Formats: sequence, structure tokens, C-alpha cells
Amino acid sequence: MKLAARLKPFNTPLTLVAAVLAIALLTQLLDISLLTRIVTVMFVSLMLVLGLQLYMGNSGILNFAHIGFMGIGAYTAVIFSMTPEAKLLTNSDLYPFLVPLHLPFLPSLLIGGLVAAALASIVSYPLMRLSDAAAVITSFALLVIIHVVLLHWDRVSNGPRTLFGVDNYTTLWVSVAFAVITIFAVYLFKESSIGLRLRASRDDRYAAASIGINMVVMRWLAFMTSAFIAGVGGGLWAHFITSFKPYAFYLSETFVVLAMLVIGGPYSVSGAVVGTLVVTAAREVLRGIENQVNILQLFPEGFFGFTEVVLSIVLILILVYRPTGIMGGRELHWPRRRQARSAETNQPENNIS
Amino acid sequence: MITLEFIINILSLGSLYAMLALGLVIVYGILRLVNFAYGELIMVGGYTMYLVTLYTPLPWLAVAIVAVLAVMLTSLFTELVAFRPVREKSLTAMLITSFAVSTLLQNGALLIISPRARAVTLPQIFQTSVMIAGTSVPWRNILTILTCILTLALLTLLLRRTVLGIALRAAADNFKMTRMLGVPANTVISTAFAISGIMAGIVSIFWIGRSASVTPTIGMPPLLVAFVATVIGGMNSLTGAVVGGFVYAITISLLGVILPPGMVEFREAFMFAFVIIVLLFRPEGLIRSKTSVERVG
Repeated sequence: MKLAARLKPFNTPLTLVAAVLAIALLTQLLDISLLTRIVTVMFVSLMLVLGLQLYMGNSGILNFAHIGFMGIGAYTAVIFSMTPEAKLLTNSDLYPFLVPLHLPFLPSLLIGGLVAAALASIVSYPLMRLSDAAAVITSFALLVIIHVVLLHWDRVSNGPRTLFGVDNYTTLWVSVAFAVITIFAVYLFKESSIGLRLRASRDDRYAAASIGINMVVMRWLAFMTSAFIAGVGGGLWAHFITSFKPYAFYLSETFVVLAMLVIGGPYSVSGAVVGTLVVTAAREVLRGIENQVNILQLFPEGFFGFTEVVLSIVLILILVYRPTGIMGGRELHWPRRRQARSAETNQPENNIS
Repeated sequence: MITLEFIINILSLGSLYAMLALGLVIVYGILRLVNFAYGELIMVGGYTMYLVTLYTPLPWLAVAIVAVLAVMLTSLFTELVAFRPVREKSLTAMLITSFAVSTLLQNGALLIISPRARAVTLPQIFQTSVMIAGTSVPWRNILTILTCILTLALLTLLLRRTVLGIALRAAADNFKMTRMLGVPANTVISTAFAISGIMAGIVSIFWIGRSASVTPTIGMPPLLVAFVATVIGGMNSLTGAVVGGFVYAITISLLGVILPPGMVEFREAFMFAFVIIVLLFRPEGLIRSKTSVERVG
């Protein structure tokens, strides 16, 4: 009884973690290699979507730069985790001082996250004063800048060419572990005083400022944490996919992560989880159809883009009919309890007309 | 270094970018929507030209007019089915919608036409040059400059002399007030999207004219240019958009000359860093407008 009472505040993250573990166990038991791959990528995506939710959900500001920080984390982690020989094999132009660096997997991931967070903290502090359209354009500008730098800084990223030879460390259970940690971290952030103050400033910036909340600092802390999660997620993804190029961290990936969060519901942690699961499942089905049509060669020019077309239509429909996503700002509970929709979790009023 | 050729190049690039930026700003001014699908309108123009020349014997000028009309209709259609339903909700919803529309159009082209590039036939005039004061100047550049002057003149007339134009400017200034005075919101917004589409359509002719081919992803570079140009010029001002377009053309050309060879590929990164700096220190852009409340601290 005492334990149950203690766990009560953690009902939501425990429910979500239980769902994640159940999926992982099922995948392990079925032991189909394609399914294992899909689920592993899904948990890495989950980490990225949760990181995005941490900033977007609490601050109410759209962030396009998230995937850019994923890219920074991926390239950094890979530089540390690869052996000097493997590095020179894939990129002989690498700066000489980067060649001898060699660390185990976990420290490499951590450094990837830290580098992403450090860059985010430097770049973003002045940007946190901007809201609405200006904030969106600057975050988009940040994504473009990171992309251009990754694309042309041959001596670090191997330029537009594919970087290969990364060791495959990200197994199913590694991705599960990181997903579980991230669920707790993002939930705790939401419930922390920082998260609360950030949401207060999201809902009414003047009222929040009048009680001494420094909105810029709160946004900054959230942005940094979010970039750290993206960086670690990028490292995880890199050690799963094992070869990649800068285009992996650009608009199409941004679209997928954004679609997951918005379809699930950006204003709750459960929304991020539900969105990732639903969109991953939908994408795999759609991609299966796409591949089948291509195998049958029904179209002379090939059948490409079907998945994205359907996904973007669904995204628009969700925004039209249920702009707060599937979860509508609520969190999951087990056992289910009727929860009054509080004003706090709902989206801030921001009418244009 | 600064020759007549260089100046005409900048003028023609600037004209193109000015028209691009205008099309983006005219919608932003009223809805505060940064339209990510704007670049895809140029792609639509390119594919229209490709399809029309492939299936009909129309002369080139007619093809170009059909392309501009098709882009305008696409722009109006996106407003009607995607932006209008989310308009009342939130700015974030509208921005994500525009990102989704962009992905939809891009992948729609991938699905319906082909991932591979399609050649667009252009008239002879796009490939020939004329000698002016001892330097050869491509007709394409002269046409771009002339079209820009004509378009700007017509747009100015529309905005200053017609009721619709005045309503449009009033809405850009204060949309709420304009609506209270009896101007129907939908008409104003549709007009803005139509003008935006016409701009993108005209730009698409010259943009495609440079590469003579069209791919599903061709909309990305013009979108980025339009973003930078509008921010530099001032998001709330039509004059600012034109100024921004020319400033962009001058800056990017000069960066190409000034930067050491290894750095030229980072030009775009510099331009976007410039965008961030402008938004931080002079969010109203080079040309001031009445209101700008995006900053909080």
C-alpha cells in the first residue's frame, strides 16, 4: 500500500514504460529480424520525439532545428566510437587530432549529446527571446546552417559522401533502455518547477513575468535539454544504421518527427509516445504497400512518395479536426481514470483572426 | 571586378529574388504565416510547363501563361483546403500545416510524375545573348529585369488604386480592425494567396529557365532565398521584400567573390546566420513597418 502511494505520481511514466517494455518483450519473443529492426528504430525515434516534446510542448514554440542537433550528436558520437583505422578508411581527410580519439560506446553517446547541448546553449540563448514566426524562422535557419556545415565540412563529416564503417552497438534492448530513461526524464522535466514555469509563460507571458518567471532562461534550459536528448538519439541512430550522410538529418526526417509529435499530441508526454507508435506502424504499412507496388512494377517510373503523401494528408486532417493531437493534452493513466480536461494542459489561445 | 556584366547579373538576380520575396510577404503580412509550401509552387509551375509543352502544341508564351495560372490556382487551392480550416486555431498549427502541404506537393510530384528530372523546353530567346557596350548579356537576364519592373508596377497599381488592394494593405496593417470595418476576411486572404501564386508562377518561368529542367525538390532553394530576403527586408513590408531581394542578390554575389575558395560553399550558412542576426537586432528588417511584437525579452 505504501509503495503504491509512493508510485502514484509516477503513474503516467510507469504506464508508458510498461507499454514500451511490453512491445520490446513481444518483439524479442517473436524474433523476426525485420520487426526487431523496425522496433529498434521506433524506440530511437521515440527518444527524438520525446526530446522535441520537451521543448515544444512546454514552451509552445515550433522547433525545426531538433534534427540538426540529432545530426551533430550522430557525427560527434561516431568520431569517438570508431577506431582510428576505420575512421581513416571512411574519411582520409579527417583532422589529424580527431583520428586517435577512441572511446567506448556509452561515453561516445554522452559526448555526442553534450556537444549538441553545448552548441545549443551557445547558439540559442539570444534566440529564446523570439516567439511566433520569428522563432520558427530562426530555428529553421539553424537547421539549414547545421545542414550546410555538415554537408561541406569534409574534414569532420566526410562531406556529402556516406560515412560508413560505424559499429552496430544499438541493439533492441539498448534502444529500449534509452527510451525508458528518456520517458522518465521528459516526464520529470514536465513536472519540475522549470517545466511548470515554462508552461505558465507559454500560456500567459505577461502574467508569468509578473510573478518573476524568467521566460528566456526557462526556454533556454528546455532547449538545451531537448538538444541533449536529440544528440544522444542521433548517436544511437548512427550506431544502428552504421552508414549515413548529412541528408539524413534534414527536412524529411524533421517532417517525420514533427508528424509523430503533432499526430500524437504535442502537449503531453503520452502524446509523444502514442504518436511515435501510431506513425511508425502506419509508415511501415504504407511503405509495405509502396514496395509491393514497386515489385509488381505497376508504374513505369516507380511508385515513390506514397508514404509521405498519406502521412502529410493525415497530419493536415489532424490539425484541422483535432489540433491537440490524439491525446489532446492529456496523459495516460493505469488503471484508466476519468480526468477533467484542465485548462493548463490545453493549447494556449493564439488566435489570428 | 565590377563590370557591366556583374551589375546586370545582380540586377536580374535581384529582380527574381524581389518577386520571390514579394509572394511570400504578401501572405505573411496578413496571416503571419511563413508559407513553407511556397517553394513547391515554383515546382508546380515547372511541371505545368513540362506537361503542357508535352501534350499540347501551344506556343511558348501561352504555356507560360498557363503555368502562372496553374500556380495561382494551386496556391488558392492550398489556402482553401489546408490553411483556411486551421487559420482560426493557432499560428503553430498553420505553420505545421504549411510544412505538411510542402511535403504533400513535393511527394505528390514524386508519386504522379517521377523522381527523375524532366526537361522543360524553352524558347530560343532564353539561350541567346545580346551585345551591350562590349559585353554579351543573356536575353534571359534582360527579360527578368523587365518582367520584374512590369510586375511591380502592376502590383503597385493594384494595391494603391483598387478597393481590393486597399483592403489588402489595410488587412496587412491591422487585420482585426479591417474585418470589423466590413471587409470579408476570406476574400482578402484568397486575394493574397492568388497574388502569391502569380508571383511564384512568374518566378518559376525564370527559375526553371536557368536549369531548363524540373525535379520534385526544385522548390527548396527558392524557398530559402525567399526566407532570407523577406527577413532582411522586413517581414511586414512589401517594399522591404523588394529591397531584401536585391540585398540578397548583392550579398550572395559579393560573398562569392570575397570569400576564400574553401568557404564559398558555406555561403548559404552565412546568409542564414545573417537572418538570425537581423531577427535578433533588427526584427523589423531594413524597412520598418508599424508593428512587430515577436520579441519578448
